[in-house]
Formats: sequence, C-alpha cells, structure tokens
Amino acid sequence: MIGTWAHLLPTLLASFFASMVEFVEALTVILAVGAVRGWRAALSGAGAALAVLLVLVAVLGPALGEIPLGWVQLIVGALLLLFGMRWLRKASLRAAGIIPLHDEAAAFAKQTEALRGRGGVGAGFDQVGFAAAFQITMLEGIEVVFIVIAIGAGGVGLLAPACLGALAALAVVAALGVVVHRPLAQIPENTLKFLVGVLLSAFGAFWFGEGLGVAWPGGDWAIPALIAGFALVALITTRLGRLAPARASA
Amino acid sequence: MKWLKTIWDEFIGLFVDDVSFAGAIVVWLAAAHVLFHMDLVPGAWRGPLLFAGLAVIFVENTLRRARK
Repeated sequence: MIGTWAHLLPTLLASFFASMVEFVEALTVILAVGAVRGWRAALSGAGAALAVLLVLVAVLGPALGEIPLGWVQLIVGALLLLFGMRWLRKASLRAAGIIPLHDEAAAFAKQTEALRGRGGVGAGFDQVGFAAAFQITMLEGIEVVFIVIAIGAGGVGLLAPACLGALAALAVVAALGVVVHRPLAQIPENTLKFLVGVLLSAFGAFWFGEGLGVAWPGGDWAIPALIAGFALVALITTRLGRLAPARASA
Repeated sequence: MKWLKTIWDEFIGLFVDDVSFAGAIVVWLAAAHVLFHMDLVPGAWRGPLLFAGLAVIFVENTLRRARK
C-alpha cells in the first residue's frame, strides 16, 4: 500500500499540474478566438480537438499494455527525462532571470491582434476561428496526451490516476475561464513548470532504471527521494544561475 | 497539411529545444545501459549513479546557458 501511494500521488499530481500548464496556454488562445471571432467557432474548434485527443488516449493507452513492461519503462522513462528535464531547465533559467517569464496577457494581446488581421467574421460558419481554436487545443493537448500516457504507462494501474489528473485540470481551467473570462495571467506558470519538471524527471529516472533492472534503494520509496533530489539540484542551480551573469562579467 | 507539420514540430519540441542538453541525456542513458548491462557497477550504486549523471548534466548545461 505504501508503495502504491508512492506511485499514485505523484502520478496524479504530475498529470494535474502538467495538464494545467498546457490548458492555461490553450485557454488564452481560445479566449482570443471567442472575443474576436465568436464563441461558436472557439468552442466548436476546442471541442472537436478534445474529441480527437480522447480517441488518441483511448487507442494509445491500452495499446501500450501489449508491449513488454520493461521496454515501455525504458522508452517512456527516456522520453519523460527528456521532457521533464527540458521543462525543469527552462523553469530554472526563468526563475534565475536568464530568460523571460511566459506572459499570458501578452500572448492574449498578440493572438487577438493576429486574429483581427484575418478579416471579418461572415454570416456562416467561421472557419478561421474554428481552425485557430482546434489547432491550439491539439497542440497543447498532444502534450497532455503524451504526459498522461507516459506517466500512466510506467506501471500497472497508473493510467486511471493520470487521466483523472488531466481531466481535473481541464475542469479547473475551464471553470476558471468561464468565471474569470480573461487569460489566467495570475497562475504561477513557472512555479508549476518547475514542479512538473521535478516530478516528471523523477518518474523518468525511476522508470528508466526499472527498465534497466536497477534495484532502487527503498523500492518504490525511491520516487519521493528522486523528487527531493531533482528539486534540490534544480533549486541550487537556480541560485547559482542568478549569480552567473555577474560572475561572467566580472 | 501545414498544421500537421506544425503539430509534428511541436511534438519533437516536447523533448528537444537545446540539442546539446537532450544529446547529453541520451548519451548518458545509453552509457548507463552499457555499464549496467556489462555489470561494471555494483547493484546498489546503479540507481544513485543514474541520478548523479543526470544531475551533473542538468547543472552543467543550465549554468552554461546562464553564462552565455
């Protein structure tokens, strides 16, 4: 049971926070489409993309069960490490002030301007608005699908909590979008990315090791230890990164 | 079809945005595979060694980018 919780909780949290980051970015564009081109095109485009994404999860998720677990853990572990450590590196560089933070309000303004430049909305169905909403939901949603399938494929019974986390994030972001009705610029996007980067890197290392037959000290409890390890390394690196430009110019 | 290419590019971009960083991770994972397969590392050290290599890659690459 202890081992189960060591898997389940990080799986649920990683899926929830990672999906939330992606859905917040998609919401910004969908709001821009709704404001400029109309809500019918925005919602139908987003809805169509969500349907395609659900089919992808339904097909790909169980299909992974046909591949030997050791291979899945190796491949998914390596991909999760590439994905998670990339996010962690970017979040660390942003937190250190090396690269600018992502700004949802600026993204909304840019998207709104671009959509206004695509001509007026006619009387019929607005293909421009539909395509814009469909494309952004697919783009961000593909990332969510990868995260859900990757963290759900590493062990038996993890796909359900991974799906649950993503659906909960979708519900939260959609509800906030309806209530707030503007980009969710107040969400601490970089902190979420940092957290998700830590979680996915830890899962990736654990599963890649499992795929190689590594006997982790403490068994499943190596996952919280890896989470703590990646968090500590990233926090120290961020601190050192803040000093780096001064050191380089000295 | 252009949007399909955009989605494909975005998918690859999930894993690689700094080639040297992604390359170092892949090389280390391959090296760990060989080292463990050839039994060159004692069993109890394999997990910590895998993590340590990843941590070194992260710190080195992030600080190198910070100093640019």
